[in-house]
This record gives sequence, structure tokens and C-alpha cells, in this order.
Amino acid sequence: MGTPSATGGYPAPLPDRSAGAGYLQHAPGYVLNDGPKLVTGRFVHEDSFTLERSVATGGYEGLRAALEMTPAAVHDEVRAATLLGRGGAGFPAGVKWGFLPPGKRPYYLVVNGDESEPGTYKDRLLMERDPHQLIEGCLIACYALGLQQCFLYVRGEMALAQERIAAALNDAYAAGYVGRGICGSDFSVDIVMAWGAGAYIVGEETALIESLEGRRGMPRLKPPYFPAAVGLYGQPTIVNNVETLSNLPWLMVNGSDAYKGHGSESSPGTRMFAVSGHLRRPGVYEVEHGVTTFRELIYGDNFCRGIREGHELKMFIPGGGSAPWFFEDHLDLPLEARPVGAAGSMLGSGAIVIMDDTTDAVRAAWRVVKFFARESCGKCTPCREGTTWLEQILRRILDGEGRPSDIDLLLDIGDNISPGPYPVAAHDGSEAVPFPPRQTTICPLGPSAVAPVVSTIRRFRHEYEAKITRRDPIPIEVVPVGASQ
Amino acid sequence: MTLSPANEALAAEIIGWFPRPRSALIPLLHLAQAQDGYLTDEAMRRVGELVGATPAEVKGTAGFYEMFRFEPVGTYLVNVCTNISCLLWGGEELLEHACESLDVEVGGTTDDGMFTVEEAECIAACTEAPCLQVNYRYRGRVTPADFDQLIEDLRAGRTGIAGHGVLAQVRQSIPAERLAGVFPPEQAREAPVWLARNGADG
Repeated sequence: MGTPSATGGYPAPLPDRSAGAGYLQHAPGYVLNDGPKLVTGRFVHEDSFTLERSVATGGYEGLRAALEMTPAAVHDEVRAATLLGRGGAGFPAGVKWGFLPPGKRPYYLVVNGDESEPGTYKDRLLMERDPHQLIEGCLIACYALGLQQCFLYVRGEMALAQERIAAALNDAYAAGYVGRGICGSDFSVDIVMAWGAGAYIVGEETALIESLEGRRGMPRLKPPYFPAAVGLYGQPTIVNNVETLSNLPWLMVNGSDAYKGHGSESSPGTRMFAVSGHLRRPGVYEVEHGVTTFRELIYGDNFCRGIREGHELKMFIPGGGSAPWFFEDHLDLPLEARPVGAAGSMLGSGAIVIMDDTTDAVRAAWRVVKFFARESCGKCTPCREGTTWLEQILRRILDGEGRPSDIDLLLDIGDNISPGPYPVAAHDGSEAVPFPPRQTTICPLGPSAVAPVVSTIRRFRHEYEAKITRRDPIPIEVVPVGASQ
Repeated sequence: MTLSPANEALAAEIIGWFPRPRSALIPLLHLAQAQDGYLTDEAMRRVGELVGATPAEVKGTAGFYEMFRFEPVGTYLVNVCTNISCLLWGGEELLEHACESLDVEVGGTTDDGMFTVEEAECIAACTEAPCLQVNYRYRGRVTPADFDQLIEDLRAGRTGIAGHGVLAQVRQSIPAERLAGVFPPEQAREAPVWLARNGADG
């Protein structure tokens, strides 16, 4: 265990929740702001998760609107809206849906609710606070693509989300929104909740499918790259993130033109961001996609209101534990995948972690690497061995046992997992290396562990060096010349 | 112990929702863990019979997932997060306090069998750091004093948190007449009626 000063230790008490406008006592973590609400509109209601509240506030209207249209028209609407996937990769949902090969039925819809990326927690709130919106989104997707079975996979550790989704499905089945003959039409689909048992890697879509087949959650060899070609039980499968699907009800009620009225042209709509760390008002915010900048989100009065009293920003993770780190130079980038990728990182899963000037860069990097070492599934050698060695070397540097060659060794191990120039932010006149990294592994978990190492060595090499050279010299007993043996 | 009659009935229902029985493996293991607090060999053998997996396949799969236990743990499993956001707000210090005040090592169980303390990875409550879960129920912005109070409440049975193994206290249940229909993937199907009606692909 470290000394509290290394990371700030126990903070001064955070602002009292009951006093802070925007905090909702019944939805801890979520903070209201003045922007448009496409997916969190119901959060202000304490009973937002019930069928009664959902229906009283427009729930299942998007489904009814879709049922009035042809399935192809619903798909076109999603394509026209440029609804980008909210799971991390940011791939357009409408395009992904188009990858289903004709004539190879049955097709399946699998909902990825295995949210476990460090710093991320938007999907948990959407599942806990508005499960009917998610169910409605699943129904719209199934209607558009002609899918008859949907599996909703919730992270194992999220007991409340499982409870709320189970209750919502029971009510929705009873009310005729799910199951046979939905809303009196000939549209029929079953939605079954499945849940995991503690494994970060299951968030990778092919690992999730393995888990859903009752096996160890290890990613599948690629190609095929997309489960849309070969997925659950070898059948074409669409895997969509919880937040992506939760956008569909609003989109179907209001149309793609209205949807594109929010956010930027290339990244329309809103996105949920969990902004945590050394902030005055950390929170999960629904933010206009592609328009808002990191600076507005971190310092804006409508959002996090700046770094905690008396401190300054040192560094931040812009897109979850897997993302290379950013610094004050990057605050004016918009919250949009392309510019963030070009600048050397990724927007990822909507998780921003803010670290102030009290943070020990080596210790922070070590903690993120330790996560990946612990969660590596062990299938690929560079990841299984590499993440473990990265963690152990960082640990020994922190313990004052670092060797002068360790910095190069860390970079060398990183190069074995992710060969070539690793994505990194511009620094000291050198250009940024754009995202994504190359990889010697099946999935991006291994390369993700390299991100905190390269980011911090590049920017705070002196902190590593200080830890390695500051060791107390080993006392050497000097035998005086001429002394008797 | 093996599955109770009530859990046998639940298991049969759950298996019926999946195109292949093996997909019910993890849900059924959770059922067994909710029953006994951990996975007994008997329960794993029975779950394997139900889903068509050997005992070795069942244990080999269960062992991959951290939540499954092969030995009893405390009535209350306390998972303290120390991942990055919690680290910044004293997650490691909270874990240290938890171990000291309960007089256990990380991963250890108190002598009375009430509490097991573990170091958790990110549990998705990062703005509420430092956070923890007791049997997968959240507590956020936990100070050492809050922790001590929580332990007192748990000992006194004042929290409503069920014993280890129980997750959701509401189960999904599909009335037979509402089920759209589950069929194995091998059973090739035409495009469903609502799609065919609109003249879309096969």
C-alpha cells in the first residue's frame, strides 16, 4: 500500500450531493445538464425504470412508429442518422446492420451490456434507469432486420441492472410489447437476458458470443472480422452496445433529420460520458456528440466545473483504460472520434479520467497495466506474458527496485505486443502517432496495456528516471588499506 | 449439494429459452451459486448433465469467470475497487482500512465467516470513488467511517443485502403463451412474416 500523498490519498470531502443542483439522489453519478436529452430524458423520474412511467412518458412510441414503416425504411432511417456505435469502435450501426448476408437465417441480435472498461459507466445507468428504452431499441432493431431472437447480455457484477431488466422484460412480455404478436401485429421476437460472471474480456464481441454459447469468454480468431458474417452458433449476428440501441426509440419518434440536428455532421446525436477523477463535479453527462470539447466538459459550469480546489490538470485518459493519455494541449479537441484518433488516442467508451498535479504518473500507469495483466484471457502469448511483465517491472520501479534498463525494457515489451510506432499524443515538437495501434494479438486487450506505459514514459520520463536512480545507494563496507585480514 | 426441486424447475425453464442448452451454462451456475453460496461439485455435475457438458468442461468454464467460487466465501463478499478512478480518491487506502478493521488479508475471510474482502477491478461507479460492492450491491464515496458503519449494519442485518451468490432478486419469466418460439440454429427458416410481407430479402 502506498502513502496517501502519492495519489492525493483521501480527498477533501466532495461537494454535498444534496446541495448540488443537477445531482439526482435516485441516480447516483448521473448529473443533469442543460443540453438535449436523447437517452436520459426519463432519468429525472425516480420510477423511470417502470413500465408505467415509461409508457406515460412516450415509451414504446418509437416501436409503434417503426411498426408503421416497412422494415427496410426503418433500416434506412438508422443509416441516414449516421448512428455511430457507442461501445468503443464507433462503427455506424446502420452500416453494420447491412453486413448480414442474405439467406443465411436465423440471424441473432446480441446486446453488449458487459460494460467493464476502466472509467466507463454509462450502460449501467441506462440499464438500471431506463430498461424499457433499451428493450424498445432491441425491438426496433429486430423489426428492421427480421430477427426473431435477441439476447441481452448484462455484466455479471451488475445485480441491480439484471434485476431491473428482468422486471422490465416480465412487464413488457405481459403487456404485449415483447414475445408473440407484438402490439397486435405479426412481429414476434423473444428477448432473453443472459449475464456474465466476471471477465472484462467478454466485452469483446466474439468473446461475448463464446460466453453466450456457454464457454470461456476468449476472443475468436479473425477473420471473419464481424459476427455479422459468423456469430452466435455460427450464424450471422449483430452485436450492438446498450447505448447505441437506447438511441433508437428517440430516433424513430423524431426522425433522422431531427437526430442530425444534434451533435456534429459526422457524429450526430448525443453521447454519454463518465467523467471521473480529480474534479469538482465528477459525473455521467449526456453531451452533444462531436461539438463539445474536452475543455468545456472538464471546466464548463454546465459540466464538471474544473479540477478540484487548489490543483491543476496533469493528464487525462480520454476514452477508457485502453486509450493513450492526453495532456493540457489536447483540451480543445472536440469529443469526436476522428480528431481524437488523429491526435493519438481514442474516444473509446466515453470514459474520461482526470488526474491532477498530485498524481504519480508511474503509479497511475502501473494501476491501469495491472488491470490488463489481471484480465488478459491468456490466449495470445504476447498479451499473457507481456502484460504480466509490464506490471511486474512497473511494480519494481515503484518499489525502488527499478533498473536503469527498465524504461527501454518496458518499451521493448510494448513493441512485442504492439509493433511499430505506438499511438501517442504530439509532444516536444514531434508529431502525434494516430490511433489505432498495430497488434500481434487477436484482440486489442494486449495493445491497450501498452497505452499508459508509452503515454507516461513519453511525457514523464523524468519521473521514471527519478524513481530508478533515487534509490538509496547500497552501503559498501570499506576495508581500510593495511588492515589485518 | 445438487439442485433443489425448485431450482430444477427454474433450470428447465431457462434452458428452454436458448437455441442450444449449453448457452444456459452460466445462468445455471449462478442459480447453483445462489443456492449454496458457492459451486459445489454435485451442483456442477448436475448443471453439466442438464446442458450437455462434462464435469471437466463445466469446471473449466466456471474457473474462467471470477465470480464463481469453488469454496465457501463470507456471507458478504466485499469488493473494494482500486482501479484508476478509485486509486485517485483513496481506493487503496480504503482497501487497507477494510483489511485492517476486519483483520484479514486481501482475499481472506473473517473467522466468523461473515466477510470476505477482495480487491476489485473497475465496477462502473467511477464518479462515486472510492466505491465498493457488497455481494454486488454498490456503495459510493466510502470513507473509513462509512465503511465501519456499513460493516456494523451488515452484522446487524440492516441492509437488505442477500447472502453471497444471490444476484438479481427478480427473475425473468416468460409465460408459455407469450413466447415467440425458440428453435435450434440448424433449423433453417424463411424470413419472418413481417419481413416477407414487405418484400425484403430471404
